[in-house]
Amino acid sequence: MKTVNQKAWFLVLPVLVLVAFNALIPLMTVVNYSVQETFGNNLFFWHGVGWFEDILHSDRFHAALGRQLAFTATILIIEVPLGVAIALTMPRSGPWVSVCLVLMALPLLIPWNVVGSMWNIFTLPDIGLLGYTLNSMGIEYNMTQSPTAAWVTLIMMDVWHWTSLVVLLAYAGLISIPDAYYQAAKIDGASKWSVFRHIQLPKMKKVLTIAILLRFMDSFMIYTEPFVLTGGGPGNSTTLLSIDLVKVALGQFDLGPAAAMSLIYFVITLLVSWVFYTAMTKDDKS
Amino acid sequence: MAKITLKNIRHSYLPNPQSEDDYALKEVDLSWDDGGAYALLGPSGCGKTTLLNIISGLLIPSEGELLFDDRNVTRMEPDERNIAQVFQFPVVYDTMSVEDNLAFPLRNRGVSESVVKQRVSEIAAMLELDDVMQQKAAGLSPDNKQKISLGRGLVRDDVNVVMFDEPLTVIDPHLKWKLRSKLKELHQKVQRTMIYVTHDQTEALTFADRVVVMQFGQILQVGTPQELFECPAHTFVGHFIGSPGMNIVPCRVQGGEVLLDGFKVAVANSPKAATSSNTEIGVRPEFVRLADQGLQVDVVNVMDIGRNKVVETRLGQHKISVLVPEGKAVPQGTVYLEFDSDNTRLYDNGWLVE
Amino acid sequence: MAIELQDVFKRVGAETYIYDTSLTFAEEGFNVLLGATNAGKTTLMKLMAGLEKPNRGKVLFKGVDITKQTPQQRNISFVHQFFVNYPHLTVYDNIASPLKVARMSATEIKKRVQEAADLLQLGPMLDRRPHELSGGQQQRTALARAIVKDSQAVFLDEPLANLDYKLREELRAQLPQLLADRGATVVYATSEPMEALMLGGHTCTLLEGRVTQFGITSELYRQPRNLNTAEVFSDPPLNTAKAVKAGGLIKLSDRVSWPAEGNAQALPDGEYTLGVRPHYIKPTRENSHDVALEGVVQITDLSGSESVAHFNMENQSWVSQSDGVFPFEVGSNQRFYLDASQCFYFGQDGQLAG
Repeated sequence: MKTVNQKAWFLVLPVLVLVAFNALIPLMTVVNYSVQETFGNNLFFWHGVGWFEDILHSDRFHAALGRQLAFTATILIIEVPLGVAIALTMPRSGPWVSVCLVLMALPLLIPWNVVGSMWNIFTLPDIGLLGYTLNSMGIEYNMTQSPTAAWVTLIMMDVWHWTSLVVLLAYAGLISIPDAYYQAAKIDGASKWSVFRHIQLPKMKKVLTIAILLRFMDSFMIYTEPFVLTGGGPGNSTTLLSIDLVKVALGQFDLGPAAAMSLIYFVITLLVSWVFYTAMTKDDKS
Repeated sequence: MAKITLKNIRHSYLPNPQSEDDYALKEVDLSWDDGGAYALLGPSGCGKTTLLNIISGLLIPSEGELLFDDRNVTRMEPDERNIAQVFQFPVVYDTMSVEDNLAFPLRNRGVSESVVKQRVSEIAAMLELDDVMQQKAAGLSPDNKQKISLGRGLVRDDVNVVMFDEPLTVIDPHLKWKLRSKLKELHQKVQRTMIYVTHDQTEALTFADRVVVMQFGQILQVGTPQELFECPAHTFVGHFIGSPGMNIVPCRVQGGEVLLDGFKVAVANSPKAATSSNTEIGVRPEFVRLADQGLQVDVVNVMDIGRNKVVETRLGQHKISVLVPEGKAVPQGTVYLEFDSDNTRLYDNGWLVE
Repeated sequence: MAIELQDVFKRVGAETYIYDTSLTFAEEGFNVLLGATNAGKTTLMKLMAGLEKPNRGKVLFKGVDITKQTPQQRNISFVHQFFVNYPHLTVYDNIASPLKVARMSATEIKKRVQEAADLLQLGPMLDRRPHELSGGQQQRTALARAIVKDSQAVFLDEPLANLDYKLREELRAQLPQLLADRGATVVYATSEPMEALMLGGHTCTLLEGRVTQFGITSELYRQPRNLNTAEVFSDPPLNTAKAVKAGGLIKLSDRVSWPAEGNAQALPDGEYTLGVRPHYIKPTRENSHDVALEGVVQITDLSGSESVAHFNMENQSWVSQSDGVFPFEVGSNQRFYLDASQCFYFGQDGQLAG
């Protein structure tokens, strides 16, 4: 039951002001830039939807978007099942619970740029543990030369860094399942797969929805780690959307196109998140 | 379907139990006939759930054996024992329809779909679930969910025993009544062995043909509801069964006579066998009458419970309750009590003097 | 005149929780709210406690309008069905918490906590934390916290529902004594008719957000003014049947009728709903005016001290409740005797006619 009290709105006022300064005003600035052309000296000319048209038709943007979607899809396909699988193998009670939780939380505590440098060094062919080992085994592995190696490293790094988030969320969902469910399933002769399919998965659904959404948004907007790791190379092979955006905005100082690109980027993220969310919560409403 | 035998079963949750107190379940030796309705009754922590889990296979006892007919099942997995269990909180598979829930245990065992259909519709009719068969189980009321849990046990015709672990906890009182009757009716229809675990005497006594009363991991008495009511083997049974429970008043045994505050009380058992100095008289409020003469006590409180009045009287420090039928006047102040000697018994260190 | 509700109405969204209700609760004795789940008991209490605000109407404490006051301003105590204690505080600090909020002196706090703990037998547990206590002890801690301060009103929302049967019996007997002479108005919600009877005082029966009757508990039980009240206030459920009065006779059917005497004598001819409590239908004839009912036994519940039989007579289900053990065979034809002087007759509008 809820009590309706209009006065409560005043209490959110400070937050609204904060959000306005934080989000709305910068966003409006971007909208403003996106429809104008500038040559510096604070001179602006009206450009209409020209930048938007350019970007939507540019091969460079298409390629970056394609790479971005491929990256996000790959890490979701790996991290979600892997995270659930790890959560399933974690103990439900006992002294090992806290050990596991701390181990799982560790990667999450490392700053993004450090993660990038770590993996960069880790995979260096001459001194990096992984890079040196692989190369001495006869497997050619050099991130700075092979786009495949760069992609593999990028995905391994993200999986290493972020799978624990899925694990922790899935684990929280799992431990909230009362023992009686497992006991009933045992008595009903349910297989391990049945238990997972009919008890564990439905009970984890809510947290998994959140996990997938968080991972989608995070990975779609990822910047620091790939930038530190590969700088978008070799060539443009790992230039994801955000890296491309920064190149346009700061590298070439094309404020108009960068602003238009930001807005397109923003709308795509919003749209895909919304599609994900409605698809995953559809059952609850029916 | 099977006869269930518990042979010298003991259980401790500690790795190396030293003394008797370390055992959550002390020496249990019982046998239950095929098709009977049984109840395990006792307060929280009396060991009834431990015993239940041993029978269902969720727990392996530290000592002793469990037999279904002549088969030793002590160490078998729950699904190999062919048992069914209804838990305190309803367990349903949320994502499945009611029908699929009921069919689940059969499909898991590879039963052919035509048999599944027939069994499921049979059980659904019995439980009055026909109307909701296609609905998702998640949206049902608690009593219907409990019916599904029960149905999942009943669809299998190879079930040795159906167990209930306080199944009415989350059910509204007025529905409790209905569901309780339904369980009873089902038992009479399917004639399976059923074991009902509860702390609620009404549920235990009305459901079961034989009730096992437990306290501190020990079985105090096994008997029909009537036996437990009329002739409790232990003062705790007397107190725990009946509402209000049995009056238990310390007394003295002298020269073969039982004296209560100097007043001679006739008892149904033999006072001579009492050996300790810790003797008590047990008499149910139903078997105490207000009389013109007898044991002198003071009325301290009268509680109108509809059909009867509970008159609480005091003898020194001790309380004696008397049940007076509706419509009968209750005097104030000092009154005299008369005990029905056939239903007044002497207890020695808590146990009935034989 | 301690707590008064004036035309209180509560709706959330499209759902009405409490229809226009006016009630006055006395300071002496218990005020019991009796009704099934969702009858509106908890909402009514929350409105009085200030945890909810009514859409319309006023709440008055001792004549002062407090509708707009917060719970903190009202000086009340509230005990929930689920044991609510501060998990990180000891029992002592839990009980002391409302006194500390009231900035009472340390010596006074100590005295009061000790007093409350002694009353509720929590003395030896004062240093423990809630998770180290049994359910009964946790609820007693919550009760101690409610009585330790001088509240104007104490609200108890099914406080015993989650406790063991026997413990419930014990606390139920203690509660009225605990709360007597504290100068606080006590409102107690329960879904069990027997609990309302045992607590005494006044009872208000609720059905789907509406008060069906309010008055002295035993009067409400014996003289319900309408069918809803009689049904809410009956455990086991009230027997109801269509009855016709014509030519000085009450007719249940062509075969079963009896002379209209006592409360039925003055009834105008017509159709009524007859209501009779199960314990006025017995397997043995006790009065000369008893009416024989013959039916097929459907279910029998034997608790050792009493027998409940469900039987079917001319497609109508009846319940008989009697002391003693009557092991009727299911499916057999049995004769029961209805005490015709104890029947209620309700008109078409559900109001008591005689």
